[in-house]
Amino acid sequence: MNGPSELDRFLQTDPRDVGCDELMRMLDVYVDLVARDAAAAQRYPGIAAHLNACGPCSEDFHGLLAAVSAAANGTADHYE
Amino acid sequence: MASAKSTTGVDASFPTVLDPDSAQWLRVLTDTGPPREAAVARLHEMLLRIAMSEVRRRGAVHRIAGPELDDLAYQAAADALLAITGKLGQFRGDSRFTTWAYKFVIFEVSAKLSRHVWRAPGVRLDPEDWDRLPDRFGFEPHHQSEWRELLAAVRTAVEEELTPRQREVFVAIVVAGVPLDVLAAELGSTRGAIYKSMFDARRKLRAVLVADGYLDHHDTARHP
Repeated sequence: MNGPSELDRFLQTDPRDVGCDELMRMLDVYVDLVARDAAAAQRYPGIAAHLNACGPCSEDFHGLLAAVSAAANGTADHYE
Repeated sequence: MASAKSTTGVDASFPTVLDPDSAQWLRVLTDTGPPREAAVARLHEMLLRIAMSEVRRRGAVHRIAGPELDDLAYQAAADALLAITGKLGQFRGDSRFTTWAYKFVIFEVSAKLSRHVWRAPGVRLDPEDWDRLPDRFGFEPHHQSEWRELLAAVRTAVEEELTPRQREVFVAIVVAGVPLDVLAAELGSTRGAIYKSMFDARRKLRAVLVADGYLDHHDTARHP
């Protein structure tokens, strides 16, 4: 039976969690760090904690990371 | 939740000098005449490509496809472009310019898809159905005798311990399964405000369930 542990995990909150507004403000900075593999979660634990708990913000994070990665791997986004 | 500045504020050592590419974007977009027009067109093309890719990545979940999805991408790219060109003065160089710009179109796609779901026929807040809760958390039917008391305690705590707003948000998201962004649109609120209500509700409910012996005191929170 994993119900109680699943419920417990859902109810647990991380005091470092910065919330959606701060995540939205810092998302571009965080994604650039992740794309550079620059220990983003260690540098911004409050953002990492929020991404672990917030589905919509996590979805935005993955969308932006995919956009940045696609640009880096294929179509150039440099200004020429 | 943590105060924003203490945990995520850009630290003083972060480079404030723009990288050459970002500087060039900023220079041409604040220029006038043909160079600016060309840059705006190029930026729009990039935003549209990102929007198309993003609506397709998310479209299946939101049950939207075809021309409607393309329209949504075009609207997202156009609105993002407007926002970006209007907020160039807010770009501080803490990230690459293109990453900062892409953020706008990702947020536009996110918001437009949520509004689409909210406006879709037949999509409204479902009535409360607490019988769905066991499935939602993976409680197995043959262990019902073990978890029935726990879920009854959850329901009692929701009704007696939460504020009316927290109760409304918790029931809509957890019991009725309404996506957070859709609920925000339905209530005329914001993602951040709904998340904060949910965060406080989760913390309050767990404290009650621990105090009453239904959950252990230990902290098994997921850490990054």
